[in-house]
Amino acid sequence: MENRTLTCISCPLGCDLEAEVVGDTVTVTGNRCDKGVAYAKAEILNPQRVVTSNILVEGGICPLVSVKTSAPIPKGLIGNMIQELKNMKIRAPIRIGQILIRNLLGTGIDVIATREVETCPAGE
Amino acid sequence: MKEMTTDTLVIGGGAAGMAAAVECAERGCRTILVEREEYIGGVLNQCIHNGFGLHVFKEELTGPEYAQLFKSQIRQKGVETRSDLFVVKVDAKRREVVTMGKNGCAIYRPQALIMTTGARERPFNSLRIPGTRPAGIYTAGVAQRFVNLHNRLPGERAFVLGSGDIGLIMARRLTLEGMTVLGVAELMPHPGGLARNISQCLHDFNIPLYLSTSVVEVHGRERLEGITLAKFDPVTLQRLPGTEETVACDTLILSVGLLPQNELIESFVETDPVNRGVKVDSFMRTTHPWVFAAGNNVGVYDLVDFVTLDGKIAGQSAAKMVHDGFLPEKRVPLARTENISTLIPSLCCLEGNPFTIYFRSKKTMKKARISIGPGLFETIRMGIKPSEMVDIPFTVKHMEKLKQLGLSKIEVSLKEVL
Repeated sequence: MENRTLTCISCPLGCDLEAEVVGDTVTVTGNRCDKGVAYAKAEILNPQRVVTSNILVEGGICPLVSVKTSAPIPKGLIGNMIQELKNMKIRAPIRIGQILIRNLLGTGIDVIATREVETCPAGE
Repeated sequence: MKEMTTDTLVIGGGAAGMAAAVECAERGCRTILVEREEYIGGVLNQCIHNGFGLHVFKEELTGPEYAQLFKSQIRQKGVETRSDLFVVKVDAKRREVVTMGKNGCAIYRPQALIMTTGARERPFNSLRIPGTRPAGIYTAGVAQRFVNLHNRLPGERAFVLGSGDIGLIMARRLTLEGMTVLGVAELMPHPGGLARNISQCLHDFNIPLYLSTSVVEVHGRERLEGITLAKFDPVTLQRLPGTEETVACDTLILSVGLLPQNELIESFVETDPVNRGVKVDSFMRTTHPWVFAAGNNVGVYDLVDFVTLDGKIAGQSAAKMVHDGFLPEKRVPLARTENISTLIPSLCCLEGNPFTIYFRSKKTMKKARISIGPGLFETIRMGIKPSEMVDIPFTVKHMEKLKQLGLSKIEVSLKEVL
């Protein structure tokens, strides 16, 4: 048996969670909603994060498009993901919600645009 | 000079201004939204991290996504957006707003004015830290803008002073972009930002947090070369001699608080000395009859969701004033008791709608009793922290009781339950 203290990151309330781990079973207290239980279980057994970053844009009104993963990815893949984003360039226009990378690093999770980027008018 | 009349004029196209403008336009008011930058959206445009919208949209959005929802509504409802436009002056007596833009000066004559000018970051020079004044010292928001909008990294080795949310978010962001973030120092014995940000921005990336620690000197001539840190007494906040330590770094990021910005109106509206923002009633009306305000220029909020909700109230109230020609005047002041710092609003309108009381505690409490009254209502909340604003709904039922009791002020009291 192992006891862990965690801060829930599911929402800005940031509940202080106490988790009791026995093998693959996690018992959670201190949570104010069900998200706390799900978070503590995932955090102990397979920690995951939604990752946000930017990708370079070509021919747009601004040099970057902000992006996020469509679902949480394993924490251990964050570094690889950022490297992958750094090796890319996307042509404007870009629509919010547009999939920019499909099946990121074989996770089945996509990287999607979180803003609109219009094309830069010719000559500017 | 170009002159024009309008029903409502909103100054500042951030979260509060966008929400207010949409509400006005939806109620049939001709609404002009003035923004000094090229695009509306405010600081949301550069806050590419997620965590926004859990209260208002019941889902977790990034800043640009949150802003986009309002940008679309602004277009749909026919709000007239004037960006790249700077407000030079608000003339209270003549009810005029003077602007300066690429096409020169203009005068706007609105029936109602909504001030949503937000807050600025506390600058380095206000901290009175001795030493040289080299390049490489940035407020967190400026660094965020460099990295997230302009594709520029501020340096290679950074130290963060202040544990406000933007500072924590930037510690993570700069790490992901390839900088080495050596640590975050916080003068107070407790962190300034949300607990979730300590966890996901610092712990996830093994960035140390030094509490009761601050920067006491900066070094370097042209470019920052290092900083000296020292420990501070957690109670007296006095510097502890002999605890100095010098750290080599080329970048210092400051996240040391936000200051509400009201220079356009502070000569004729009352401000609250603790909130450091404009005093508003539950209609989000200032002490000047045709001027409304919402967002971080009223007080510094934790969550954009709260800013949006108060922005909406400001818009609804301004539209009501435009249509009816007046708003009910009867008001009862809200009063702080010893454990309360920020408190919004300052006055409750007796003939008004339900609203939310927002306050900040001065102390950390495991369990606390919140009493509104005396004799209106009580509620128990767990895990009160100075860094996390408390929101308490003030309902129609409470309003009725308030009228029955005939209170001359509403005391907001917060006491620890042991």
